Amino acid sequence: MKHLKTWLATTALAALAAGAHADVTIGVSVPLTGPTSALGIPSKNGISLWPATIAGEKLNVIVLDDATDPTVGVKNARRFVTEDKVDLIVGSSATPIAIAMSDVAAEAQTVQLALSPIPLPEGKGAWTFRLPQSTAVMAIPIVEHWKKTGVKTFGFVGYADAYGEAWLKDITAQATAAGIKNVGVERFARADTSITGQALKLVGANPDAILVAASGSGAAMPHKGLVERGYPKGKIYQTHGAATLDLIRVGGKDVEGSFVSSGPALVAPKLPDSNPSKAIGVRFIEQYEKAFGPKSANQFGAHAFDAAIVLEKIIPMALKKARPGTKEFRAALKEALETVGRIPVSQGVLNYTAADHFGFTPDTGVLLKVVNGDWEVVK
Amino acid sequence: MDLSIAGILLLDGATSGAVYALLALALVLVFAVTRVIFIPQGEFVAYGALTLAMLQMGKLPGTVWLLGILAVLAALRDAFGAVREGRPAGRIAREAALSLAVPAAVTLLALWAAPRQLPLLLQSLLTLAIVTPLGPLVYRLAYRPLADASVLVLLIVSVGVHFALTGLGLLFFGAEGFRNPSFWDERFQAGPLMLSGQALIIFLVSAALIVGLWLFFGRTLRGKALRATAVNRLGARLMGISTEGAGRWSMGLAAFIGALSGLLIGPTTTMFYDTGFLIGLKGFVAAIFGGLASYPGAAAGALFVGWLESFGSFWASAYKEVIVFTMILPVLLWRSFTHGASDDE
Repeated sequence: MKHLKTWLATTALAALAAGAHADVTIGVSVPLTGPTSALGIPSKNGISLWPATIAGEKLNVIVLDDATDPTVGVKNARRFVTEDKVDLIVGSSATPIAIAMSDVAAEAQTVQLALSPIPLPEGKGAWTFRLPQSTAVMAIPIVEHWKKTGVKTFGFVGYADAYGEAWLKDITAQATAAGIKNVGVERFARADTSITGQALKLVGANPDAILVAASGSGAAMPHKGLVERGYPKGKIYQTHGAATLDLIRVGGKDVEGSFVSSGPALVAPKLPDSNPSKAIGVRFIEQYEKAFGPKSANQFGAHAFDAAIVLEKIIPMALKKARPGTKEFRAALKEALETVGRIPVSQGVLNYTAADHFGFTPDTGVLLKVVNGDWEVVK
Repeated sequence: MDLSIAGILLLDGATSGAVYALLALALVLVFAVTRVIFIPQGEFVAYGALTLAMLQMGKLPGTVWLLGILAVLAALRDAFGAVREGRPAGRIAREAALSLAVPAAVTLLALWAAPRQLPLLLQSLLTLAIVTPLGPLVYRLAYRPLADASVLVLLIVSVGVHFALTGLGLLFFGAEGFRNPSFWDERFQAGPLMLSGQALIIFLVSAALIVGLWLFFGRTLRGKALRATAVNRLGARLMGISTEGAGRWSMGLAAFIGALSGLLIGPTTTMFYDTGFLIGLKGFVAAIFGGLASYPGAAAGALFVGWLESFGSFWASAYKEVIVFTMILPVLLWRSFTHGASDDE
């Protein structure tokens, strides 16, 4: 045939073009390398547990590494919206990068499901919905425990970045409302090897409790630094970024008896049956540990797993209004998120509204205590 | 700030300063002999600590595979070069076998020893045996082909090697951190100061290494040959000193010092695959104090950096990194005003 190559190419192109419109395309940007890869790699693992189709539409998931660099995150987001024409962006697991990506999502009017609890200024974030609980919601169980145990003063040591800043703001606001004073604020960088100076100053102020705002196994270093300075372990509280078994592995004896604020996913088997997240959490732990090994389940994989549950609710709603790959579909996704109501997920119950893009109800957080190298739920 | 707090901060600063001093010495050594600003020095620190962590868990560390692959690549390059020069096949085979002997032996030893959970000291020696040969291999593969290039080109190669080794570190050790058990669990109380056995070991080993290096460079023929290469490459070659051998030795020493530093700080710090970079960078700041030429200057600079970091984290913890790295500017200004431009490059 004279134009065999052209015919073949056209047919192939037509087939591809038809195929593209039937998929729901999702762009995922997570830090697979760099200092926050401990958050990104479990997120990618959680995404690998997503179903292949939702509501009859195939899920076309593109996963890119943003290397803990906000500029790469923005580059990935731009590529998603201009070249890949995604219907939804998921990312990033690291707070500073997700904040940078939120601007691109807003500009392109594409929903961003952030895998970190990012704080955004007023008027921004109309298209950004967070999957992890906000620091404000996670601070509630900690402050409740402080009120119950008679804590009058507290100290803070946390990352010198957006995650630490968000925690400082929220915990100070809630504690002050409860009559608890902040007597010391210390910061450190994610890559620091020790916090002797900060620990000295903070322990010298002798607060009744100290909150450590760090994530992953990096939260063990400041914890050990405080214990080394003689601060009692039973008065140290960690945030939900540190609710992972790696904290116990690296921290060893020094984290015994300390408290960690967490979503319900990791202790799902220990929750009461009436808790709506219990069944989903147990399912998540089973699937995750089957794929990635025993004791590997962590909160970052849980948030990525929850994204699929949310998608299973909103994609059918949006499909009634528009086809994937169109601007109307993306707007329909946003509307669906804001109107769908309660979605039980492994990490609690989500309820996004037009005003609240954090979603989790105030009773989501649980306070965990490290007992004999494992978690115990504090009543 | 009272005396006891100042004492604790001084001790903490001196402990980290001792480790930075080791790194600064390695950096000055490599720069003086090969004119390479060896940024991947920090990676050897991380590899040392994490290899021991893997052995502690009973797993085979990925660095063993890196050693094997690099050794095979280096042997292949040497073989191709020899074939092009027309050397007899028997000789080529013999040279390849000789160069592969040590890495092969270490690999087999690691394969045997990894699941056996040997005592800490033996595992530490095995770690040193695995990581040290990486130095000469990196030199052979990355730097020797460009040995006569300008300092800037070699710096760019260093950055490339750093990225490669960091990426491989993530592959071998994963993204989470590890802590090694302490070599010596004792704690010594001296008033308000508490000296841990580990800190004491760090000081002793640093002092021993400094003395050892001083003896090596002052008393042995090989050390003097390295110094001669550092003073004038061309002159050394004219006198029959192999500059390539000098490069391999200096990088081997640097890898050894890096792995040793990793073993020393492993118990006091959570080591991630990328922690080494920042530690190496602070060692670099310390080496700048000595103008990348003077060993006592580098050691003094390292103590200064350690104390600056310690007190900075007490007074202004959010700006600690800023303070430490901004110190490069006044030091460089001071050095360039007092020493002027040198006529050699």
